Amino acid sequence: METLTIGKALNTGLRRALEDDPKVIIMGEDVGKLGGVFRITDGLQKDFGEDRVIDTPLAESGIVGTAIGLALRGYRPVCEIQFDGFVYPAYDQIVSQVAKFHYRSQGKVRLPMVIRIPFGGGIGAVEHHSESPEAYFSHTAGLKVVSCASPGDAYWMIQQSIASDDPIIFLEPKRRYWEKGPVETDGTPQSLHASRVVRPGSHATVVAYGPMVRTALDAATAAAEEGRELEVIDLRTLSPLDLEPVYASVRRTGRLVVVHEAPSNVGLGAEIAARVTEDCFYSLEAPVLRVTGFNVPYPAARLEEEYLPDLDRVLDAVDRSFGW
Amino acid sequence: MANGHPRASGDAQHDRAGADPHGPDDFVQLLDPDGERVEHPDYSVDFTDEEYRGLYRDLIVVRKLDTEATALQRQGELGIWASLLGQEAAQVGSGRALRAQDMCFPTYREHGVLYCRGIDPIMPLSLFRGVDQGAWDPVAHKFSMYTIVIGAQTLHATGYAMGVALDGRIGGNGSGNGNGDEAVIAYFGDGASAQGDVNEAFVYASVFHAPIVFFCQNNQYAISEPLDRQTRVPLYRRAAGFGFPGVRVDGNDVLATYAVTRSALDHARHGQGPTLVEAYTYRMGAHTTSDDPTRYRIASEVESWQARDPILRMRRFLDKQGIAREDFFDEVDQEAAREAVHLRERVLTMPDPDPMTVFDHAYPNGSPEVDRERAQYAEYLASFAGEAH
Repeated sequence: METLTIGKALNTGLRRALEDDPKVIIMGEDVGKLGGVFRITDGLQKDFGEDRVIDTPLAESGIVGTAIGLALRGYRPVCEIQFDGFVYPAYDQIVSQVAKFHYRSQGKVRLPMVIRIPFGGGIGAVEHHSESPEAYFSHTAGLKVVSCASPGDAYWMIQQSIASDDPIIFLEPKRRYWEKGPVETDGTPQSLHASRVVRPGSHATVVAYGPMVRTALDAATAAAEEGRELEVIDLRTLSPLDLEPVYASVRRTGRLVVVHEAPSNVGLGAEIAARVTEDCFYSLEAPVLRVTGFNVPYPAARLEEEYLPDLDRVLDAVDRSFGW
Repeated sequence: MANGHPRASGDAQHDRAGADPHGPDDFVQLLDPDGERVEHPDYSVDFTDEEYRGLYRDLIVVRKLDTEATALQRQGELGIWASLLGQEAAQVGSGRALRAQDMCFPTYREHGVLYCRGIDPIMPLSLFRGVDQGAWDPVAHKFSMYTIVIGAQTLHATGYAMGVALDGRIGGNGSGNGNGDEAVIAYFGDGASAQGDVNEAFVYASVFHAPIVFFCQNNQYAISEPLDRQTRVPLYRRAAGFGFPGVRVDGNDVLATYAVTRSALDHARHGQGPTLVEAYTYRMGAHTTSDDPTRYRIASEVESWQARDPILRMRRFLDKQGIAREDFFDEVDQEAAREAVHLRERVLTMPDPDPMTVFDHAYPNGSPEVDRERAQYAEYLASFAGEAH
């Protein structure tokens, strides 16, 4: 058992993946000598060489497009997109090619690629550095989308994603990179595409993923002081969704609040609400409520505390659910 | 066998399609439209008579199959067809220049290259009929799947070439004189030259010194838009700005296309980096069967290019050199006709895919969401069992 930050856990997981499989390569902007702008690849080029940890030209479509070719050649590329807002130049390659090669080829071609994207706000950044693009990718058949929320998951999920033959969008909660937690480096990991109850409770269910898991847990701690026990579920996998634990929870609590930073409109919360309504209609005591970023472009840093869901907004939604 | 190295020629005028009935004066040509052999200081071919006849046969068969496919579309048997009419020499010349181990990344019009790679010509027809999406095995055939998004495949090709270099399969590590090493070719067109992906591919190939040939078939039109809407300089000269050689070849000359492409591929496999080849040619037909080129180009332009037909000049050459006689030409025509009939029969009897296969292969490891939909749809279809249609 070690105590690591999420950032260091990712770094350690990447290191193990490089050690375990000589076909694994890391590619992206500034991932070499600098170790990435968040230092997630710190020290890897020094130990594994410039052929395996590749500083690419500053062109995101090129990163993903050439990674496809490398995957066709038998490599397992792990692409780093420096910030969420910079993934869009690669969007065509991801949606039109990465997601479709296997289907197009009737299963003859596999593209075992991972595209890592630090996502979400809360770091006081300028525009394009705080976005939550998960719905674009979750909406795209052929991609799998996951997000880690703890150091333990960061360490294991990055390795599981690299070992998987599915193309995977790997969303990293950038504002939680420095949060510490226990990592069982010799344990047996949970399935990559499974959600998990991270705090049991009996009065209402709160579903979150990535950076909002911490917010939901804090809200649950506060609610407990007022005698309300919130069950918090970390989705972990956004596509495919694993909602059985959510259905089971809602059948007990009758109330569900979904939390994400992305805007509500046509977001993950809408999909979850629809499915929970379909599967748990007679168990629901109130409509599924969403606590999300607003339906506006991500604001300037001095306004982001208004935009981002926080503990109080989560508790407010829980109150509204009980007041229904 | 080609010799010499690709080079960036000197000053070249900015020429418009069809402006000069004899073509630009800065391209490599080994066979002129009259079927006369032309000497070039850097490029030559040394084919046996049998090999010359083989190239002619390829050109005839490729055109015949293409013509048959267009007819099949007109008869409602294909949803759409992207004809290569006029580009046979560019495709056969470059396709035959590939060595067995070389990897190819096509657009959606490379039926001639596909034929040269030994892939069953039925494959693109099943794509354009809508039975599948062109699902041949790209690794087994060393020929990636058709790519419909313009220019996207140039990045895949570049990445693959980077992998070839990482594998140490260039620069004399292969067998013998290094010709056992690998090279990669990326096809694209004049329209694609404006795409960001193509320009990014040039950057990546250049800085990683990737063993790749960028083969641009400049057929003068991107659907309706003429070349001067894509560029103000001859396309091959763009390579200089990216730091690798560019060369323009007469794309209607199968011998020159072969020589230039083979040289560029060997240059790449020997570890000397990328080359841009601009094959100067003309799309004699429509962009696809959905297009009407009479809306944007004049008949005299098309006629001027008919005089430069790639097959006609090869036939004249074989005839003048005494390499082939009438009986050979007749025999090839009959063989092509037989292949076309065979192709037609197979298209007409091609079964539609089973409805439930819509759910297959979305993910290598599958998905519970897709599995659920599959089960629900199977149940839905079963609910009609026994009903009259």
